[in-house]
Amino acid sequence: MKNLPSVDVVIIGGGWTGLLIAKELGSRTALSVVVLERGGPRKTDDYGEDMDELDYTIRFRMMQDVSQETVTLRHDSSQRALPLRQHGSFLPGSGVGGAGEHWSVVCPRYLPDCFELHSRSIEKYGSKRLPEDHAIQDWGVTYDELEPHYTRVDLLLGLSGHAGNIRGKQIEGGNIFEGWRSAEYPTPPTKIPYFSSMFSEAAKSLGYHPYPVPAATTSRAYTNPDGVSRPACTYCGYCETFGCMIGAKSQPTNTLLPVIEKHKNVSIRTGAWVRRIVHDTSEKKGKASGVIYTDADGQEVFQPAELILLASWTLNNTRLLLLSGIGKAYDPTTGKGTLGRNLTHQVTFPAVTAFFERPLNRFMGSGASGIMISDLDGDLFDHSRLPFLRGGTLGARSARSLPISECGVVPKSVQARWGSEWKKAALHYYDRTGRIGFSGEHLAYKGNYMDLDPVYKDHFGDPLLHLTLDWRENERKMADYMIKKAMELAREMGAKEVTSFSGLRSYDATPYQSSHVQGGAIMGSSPECSVVNPYLQHWQLSNLFVLGASSFPQNASANPTPTILALTYRTADAIVDRYLKNPAALA
Amino acid sequence: MRRREFLTLSAASIGGVLVYSLDREVFRLSAQTNQSVRIPLRFFTQSEALIVSAAASRIFPSDEAGPGAREAGVAVYIDHQLAGPWGRDRYRYTQGPFEENAPAEFGYQGKATPRQIYRQGLKDLKGFDRLKAAEQDDTLKQIETTLFFSLLRQNTIEGMFCDPMHGGNIDMVGWQLIGFPGPRMSNYDDVDKHFGEAFRPKPSSLHQVTRGKVRPSEDLE
Repeated sequence: MKNLPSVDVVIIGGGWTGLLIAKELGSRTALSVVVLERGGPRKTDDYGEDMDELDYTIRFRMMQDVSQETVTLRHDSSQRALPLRQHGSFLPGSGVGGAGEHWSVVCPRYLPDCFELHSRSIEKYGSKRLPEDHAIQDWGVTYDELEPHYTRVDLLLGLSGHAGNIRGKQIEGGNIFEGWRSAEYPTPPTKIPYFSSMFSEAAKSLGYHPYPVPAATTSRAYTNPDGVSRPACTYCGYCETFGCMIGAKSQPTNTLLPVIEKHKNVSIRTGAWVRRIVHDTSEKKGKASGVIYTDADGQEVFQPAELILLASWTLNNTRLLLLSGIGKAYDPTTGKGTLGRNLTHQVTFPAVTAFFERPLNRFMGSGASGIMISDLDGDLFDHSRLPFLRGGTLGARSARSLPISECGVVPKSVQARWGSEWKKAALHYYDRTGRIGFSGEHLAYKGNYMDLDPVYKDHFGDPLLHLTLDWRENERKMADYMIKKAMELAREMGAKEVTSFSGLRSYDATPYQSSHVQGGAIMGSSPECSVVNPYLQHWQLSNLFVLGASSFPQNASANPTPTILALTYRTADAIVDRYLKNPAALA
Repeated sequence: MRRREFLTLSAASIGGVLVYSLDREVFRLSAQTNQSVRIPLRFFTQSEALIVSAAASRIFPSDEAGPGAREAGVAVYIDHQLAGPWGRDRYRYTQGPFEENAPAEFGYQGKATPRQIYRQGLKDLKGFDRLKAAEQDDTLKQIETTLFFSLLRQNTIEGMFCDPMHGGNIDMVGWQLIGFPGPRMSNYDDVDKHFGEAFRPKPSSLHQVTRGKVRPSEDLE
């Protein structure tokens, strides 16, 4: 093994969280910072020629190479898990920028009560109303504490949107149900294409409060507080699974990399696959001493560091902690141990597929151009007569109408799936089909968790991460209710035929849902119930911080990136303002 | 080294004027001149390519609704895909043990690669290309639920609507059928207009739009 000289900070992973904290430490300190990214390098202008659905959407060119490493899945702990042999329900990225390069940039904040879900729910409904095997808990941070960091994220990414609540004042046209925000969005809402605008009208006439989807594609040219400029979105339609050809979509490579490159104290090493975090408990109690990685040539390298920031993709954070033997693995039979608990996956499905008389011109749009409603989100509607708790958003985005993925979808009245009859219908409906999507909360349960697989290994021979995950009655009943509501909206939009989602049964790893798989190294107010403290600092090893959605105790309905980045800013402040002066436990 | 295999297409058999972009050569066929062209195959044998071409044409037929798999060059597209990394499962997790009969929600768990699935599937369809259309449909109905058929159907759709650099969607016939314009640098002035009316800009391929040398993944490794 090659031993390198020690550095001040090692950051594991070069995606949104790793590069954001690298930018902050690079700008605000003189520390030597090394980012270890296991994938390849990327540049800001890498995407001029990537508008190819086959290679990028169908063959997953930007994603983690699952031939090297995947996860295994089972629905409950009595089953033997199977490896997910190809990409499906979620899409981890690879290379500099990570999944932040190929995301579709839907950027709502979490509802304020999400952060105190356990205490608020008990307060309102009593403990009897919560599902029997739930594992929900409070985050240890409140919305009010996080709001200033959310605002920094808005400005960093140049979010487009229409505020619905500025310091408590409700504003028509925005999301009047959102938590208070200190300022309007930095850029106006995206343009709204035909399909989404029909949804908006229908939602209004049914008494809902539609608003433009908050988006990290700039609606006009924008320069952020770091001096990074990005052009206005041109609605080319190549967002999700692609990098943006002009940089209108905020990505780590166009938003963070230009700043990082100016700081000589920060370097990014690509092809550096971190295998273990080394912690010598006998000599330096409560400290990690560095990381072992395999470099692009297959050489093992030890990189000592004073401070280690684990910032890989959510699931990989938990796996690296398990492989490194840091913390006590969760045992669902005793409830002891915290590492790996509270595995959740945002409840996301196409609630209805609606077929229209007129063409929709759906090749135009962007990942987040669209309209959504929050009237059925969180605890914003009356649950007293409903068989479930919490909720989510319904929305009509004008994105993803690329023909390999979409052509061939036909209404139920067409029986054939190939041949002339099907072809005729497929051609007719290709541009007359739209979906109302649902994004809902996933509560945490005692039986949904992660550990290491006893059978399957990665290309180095290390055990794969082993997911035990299934839906419960709360999600299934919520889904059924939302499908009905989406059906009403589609009819109001004037759809000729509507196909509804078949409902949630067992967790299905094959259709893409969202890449918002969360938990495993959750945050909380005590080491008995969480892996990291509210500053994302490891409870046992004070010089190890674990960033990203692995810290979320349960899944909110909203997409997580703004919340992930807000928490990263908060951690950056805690490290710069407090930890560096006194390197000890912050909570 | 495998023997060079070719798919021979005559202009008369397909009719009209088509462009085949293969190995960076452009072939223009026309029914009037009665030319034919020999397309070099990367994976299929000639007889396999003829069966794939015939079967894809029943899935996405050339009919009164417009051109189909034959005009789009779907067989050539599938040949390239199988010869490339996808065909040999370069990007799939292929460590055992394999649980062939796993529930559908775990995704494909088998050991066979796309190349092996096609080889076997085509063996079972021996003589298919010489059947009448109605007989071909009956034969396909019998294998509708197989993995081979679902791959063939998916690959046929891919070959109809992929960027032409992948060997299918020749002359953008697939995109013209559905009014998809291909990659466009900007829809800024149109995205919030044309409500309820078809807006159909002339299609362009990725090569035309970027004027660059984009390499498809099947040619990279």
